[in-house]
Parts: sequence; C-alpha cells; structure tokens
Amino acid sequence: MDAALPSRSSVLRSRILGHAGLMTGLVLLAAALVCAIFAPLLSPHDPYFQDLSARLVPPVWHPRGDWLHPLGTDNLGRDYLSRTIYGARVSLLIGLSVMVVSGLIGTAMGLAAGYFGGRTDMVVSFVVTARLAMPVVLVALAVVALVGGSLVVVIAVLGLLKWDRFAVVMRAATQQARAQDYVAAAKATGASTFRVLLGEVLPNILPQLVVVATLEMASAILLEAALSFLGLGVQPPLPSWGLMVSEAKAYMFFSFWMIAIPGTALGLLVLAINLVGDGIRDVAAPEGRA
Amino acid sequence: MSALLSVEGLTVDLAVPAGTLHAVRDVSFEVARGETLCVVGESGCGKSMTALALMGLLPRNARRRARRLVFDGVDLAAASPARTNALRGAKLSMIFQEPMTALNPAYTIGNQLCEVYRRHKGGSRAAARERAAFLLGKVGIAAAGERLGQYPHQLSGGLRQRVMIAMALMCGPSLIVADEPTTALDVTIQAQILKLLKDLQAEFGMALVLITHDLGVVARIADRVAVMYAGEVVERGTAAQVFAAPRHPYTAGLIDCIPVPGRTKPGERLGAIPGTVPALVGTIEGCAFRQRCAFAQPACASAPPVHADAGHEWACVRGAA
Repeated sequence: MDAALPSRSSVLRSRILGHAGLMTGLVLLAAALVCAIFAPLLSPHDPYFQDLSARLVPPVWHPRGDWLHPLGTDNLGRDYLSRTIYGARVSLLIGLSVMVVSGLIGTAMGLAAGYFGGRTDMVVSFVVTARLAMPVVLVALAVVALVGGSLVVVIAVLGLLKWDRFAVVMRAATQQARAQDYVAAAKATGASTFRVLLGEVLPNILPQLVVVATLEMASAILLEAALSFLGLGVQPPLPSWGLMVSEAKAYMFFSFWMIAIPGTALGLLVLAINLVGDGIRDVAAPEGRA
Repeated sequence: MSALLSVEGLTVDLAVPAGTLHAVRDVSFEVARGETLCVVGESGCGKSMTALALMGLLPRNARRRARRLVFDGVDLAAASPARTNALRGAKLSMIFQEPMTALNPAYTIGNQLCEVYRRHKGGSRAAARERAAFLLGKVGIAAAGERLGQYPHQLSGGLRQRVMIAMALMCGPSLIVADEPTTALDVTIQAQILKLLKDLQAEFGMALVLITHDLGVVARIADRVAVMYAGEVVERGTAAQVFAAPRHPYTAGLIDCIPVPGRTKPGERLGAIPGTVPALVGTIEGCAFRQRCAFAQPACASAPPVHADAGHEWACVRGAA
C-alpha cells in the first residue's frame, strides 16, 4: 500500500474549499443562520419598539442618517436593522420546516412509487398530477383566507402543497437505483424491503434529494414572502421580509431603502441556498459513483 | 444420496409485450452437499433465470412454478418472504456477475460485509468485523483491515469480486449460487477466482451452483454438469460423462467450439453451431434445437425422449451411440 494516499475526508474538504459557488453560498447561509439564531444579541434595538418621533429615518450612508439606526427606521419608527435581522428567523424557520414537511411526504411517495411500481406507482402518479393541477399560490391564498394567517398555518399549507417535486424526482431516482445489482445483492443476502429502501436505495439517491430540498427551501422562502406581501402570510407585527416589502411599497418613491433592504436580504438568502444546493451536487458525486 | 437442493419441473414464464416468454421450461436437477453443479448454455438459454428463480429474485413480470423446489429441507416454493429472507444470505448465498455494480457505492466494504453477518447472526460489531477481516484474508485480499474501510470504487474488478465472494461466505452458507462470477473479469483473474472458489468450497464444504457459458470453466471446476438450451436441460451428468461422451448434439457442438492449443491450427476456423437460439415466446413443440442440428430428423418435431445411462441423461431422439 502506498502510504501517501489522501484520506476521504481530506479529499472532500479540499473539494468543498475549492468550490467558489459552494463557499460563497455557505458563507452567506451561515451569516443568515447566525442572524436568525442570535437575533436578540445582534440587533441593536427591539424590533417591535415604535418611536413615532423617529419615523422613516434613512440609513447611515444617507446625509440625514445616523449610527443610532444603521439601516434607518420604518414608517412606525421601528429600527430597520433589527427587523431585518429578526426577519431572517421567519424566513429560515419557514424554509426549513416546509422543506422537512414536504420532503418527508414527497420522498416517501417517490420511494414507494419508484420501488414498487405497478399500482402504487399509478396511484402516486395520479396524486402528483392532481396536485400539479392546483396552483400553489391560489390554494395557499384560499386556505389562509379561510383559516387565517399565522406562521404555523403558512408552514402547514406550504408543506402540504410543495411535495410534488420531491415525489417526482425521488420516483425517477428510485426507479434507476432499484434496477442496480446491489439492490438485488442486498435482497440475496436476506434484506427486507424496508431495509432495502432505506439502507440501499435512499443513500444512493441522497445527492438528488439534497438538490431538490435546497431548491424547495428557497422556493418556500419566496412563497412565504409572496404570501406575506399579499397580507395572507405571516401577520404583523412579526418581522417578515415579505411583510416589510409590503409595508414599504407605499413609501417606495420617498424611502427606497425600505423596500431595497428586505428585498436584498431575501435575494441573498435564496441565492445562498441555491448556491449551496448546486455546490453539494457537484461535491457529492464522487468518482466511481454512477 | 440426500440432495441439498432438489429442483423438479422448474418453470419460469415472463410476461413480455409479445406474449409469454418461456424462459425456463421444466428444469430438474439436484445438488448434493459439497458438490459443484455447472449450468452451461448460450446467452438467453435461461440459465440466469434459473439462478434467480432459485434465489427468489425474479423480475416482477416473471412467474415461477415448480413441482418441487426444496433446499435443505425447506420448501422454497411455499416459503413466506420472511422465511426466504432468513435463508438468503445465511445458508443460501449468491455471487453476481457484475462486481462493478453489485456492491453499494454508498457504504464501505466493511459495512456491507458486517451488515450481512449481523442481520443473520446478530452479535457485536467487533465480531462481525473480525469475521469480515478473516474472510477477506481467505479470499486473498492483502491488508484486509485497511480494505474494510474502503469504498467499492477504490477497488479493482477482481478485488470487488473477491469481496463479493467473502460476502457470500460471511454466514457460512451451505449453497452458493454463482451467476457467471468470472465473466466480467480478465482471463488471468478468472483463473484465480475459479481456483479460489474451488479451494474455499473444499475448505468450507459448501455446494456450488455455477452458472456459466464457458466450458473451460466447467471442465476445471464441475462435479456435475447440466447443459441448458432454450430454457430446457438437454443433457446432464457428471463432468466426466458429459465431456467424454456428450450425447446431445448441442453439447457435442459446444465442446467442439473450444479451441484446443496444439490441436486447433492457427488460422483454422473454430467449430461453431450455425443459427441462433430460437425465440421462446409462445408454445414450443418438439426439440428446440432441431433447426440447428446436423442430425435433425422428422421425429424431432415431437418432444424428444429422455435417455438415461448410469445417471447420464439426455433428451434426444438419438439414443446411446
């Protein structure tokens, strides 16, 4: 044996570090995560505190801005930096929860359809088609209008609506993996169907799952922003970036920063998640893996 | 002789768009403990389907029927999925043709070997790892401890096939079904793997059903031979009987196809059997080989009689020469 062979983990590390897109995404995502987790420590003010004597203060780079409110204040005099930092919480919470809920539903359906085929496949495909016939935003609007908007309702509605891509991609990936010899080999060593599905098939379609999961997380975050913008998502005074954009639209021509700041935050977060997803797909396809 | 595996009237039908494909037709054979049976035939003669049928791994569109399918006292035809799973990997193992794809790329060699052992025997991780390292040594892999931590893509084809053999041996099976285990390998590696199988068989006393198209392999390893053609066993007997006095014209043709160094002159045409295996869709009547057979006669249009001579059986209108 040659002793100088690099270990698997060091190969992986150098690949991650060498991937500019992945690194950019990871740094941005980490920043958003830090903001979300340590929001109370990082924000200079209480995001709910209204100071009507300091309404619409511009950011610090503006001639009228000052360091008391680095990103200015909104129409109710609330500190904009604090609200933006707290907004990361809402976005990430919704993105992650929706991804988990829809990921569980969609992956289970896709695995079952791809592996068992036949009637199971027909039923799942029908349900997926039926689901695709429903416009997400419209259904979400109707449900939220019916039961009222809140964080939990938004998560539930989006989670129960957005599993379609998981199901479709996992089904196709499972069909491919199912035909591999190692699945037959596992069965030949006495593995149960459950064990074959979770132990043999799932690990081999994980890269595809990760990519779909990141895409879906980004799209859930955007959908939440859209719903909040329309007034049917997260309810004020909770600081959600979509809500902030919505509140700012009346001041668009006088206080442009109010719409630009949460919009930029939203754009950067979605960009970061997509970069990470793409990066993981590149990095997680090692040599020798079909 | 009490047979370890006894197969009688095994039939596999496949539902294909053109109708029903009779992949395996009324196949019977027996394997005694510690014995090697080679199933030989051309591509598409149903030998792989026979192996899969034994393991219960047939594709979804296939249907298996058998008058008798008994392994070590267990009726495989009537066994529940749980019962089958308990046998597979423990007493009944399989080695696949393609070592490049039969190992899961997501796990290390050690994980996959230990998994099989712990599934059937339980026990600690350490015990399973010890057994895995021991068997990797047995199948001729140096630095076994190090290999356990490697992934399949880090191993060559020959090494992977050795790992597959070690995996088949993990639980001390009494029968190994090997479906063309050397076909995907270099000739030099082929010989090593065959010798390895033979040695391990002698050491652990297991029976071996070897599916192959290579008569050279058969000559080297077989105790008994079953020659398959178009889904049927056309001739079976001990290796000595079949090689010394092939009775079925197909077997004789196959043996003629082997070039013999020294006897086959350079540039001389090798023996070949004209024509191809007939399509197995729909009903097949009479001897399936008669279109390609030099000795075909009108009587071949009806089912050929089975002749027997001291355990040597063949299905042909021509009796003992």
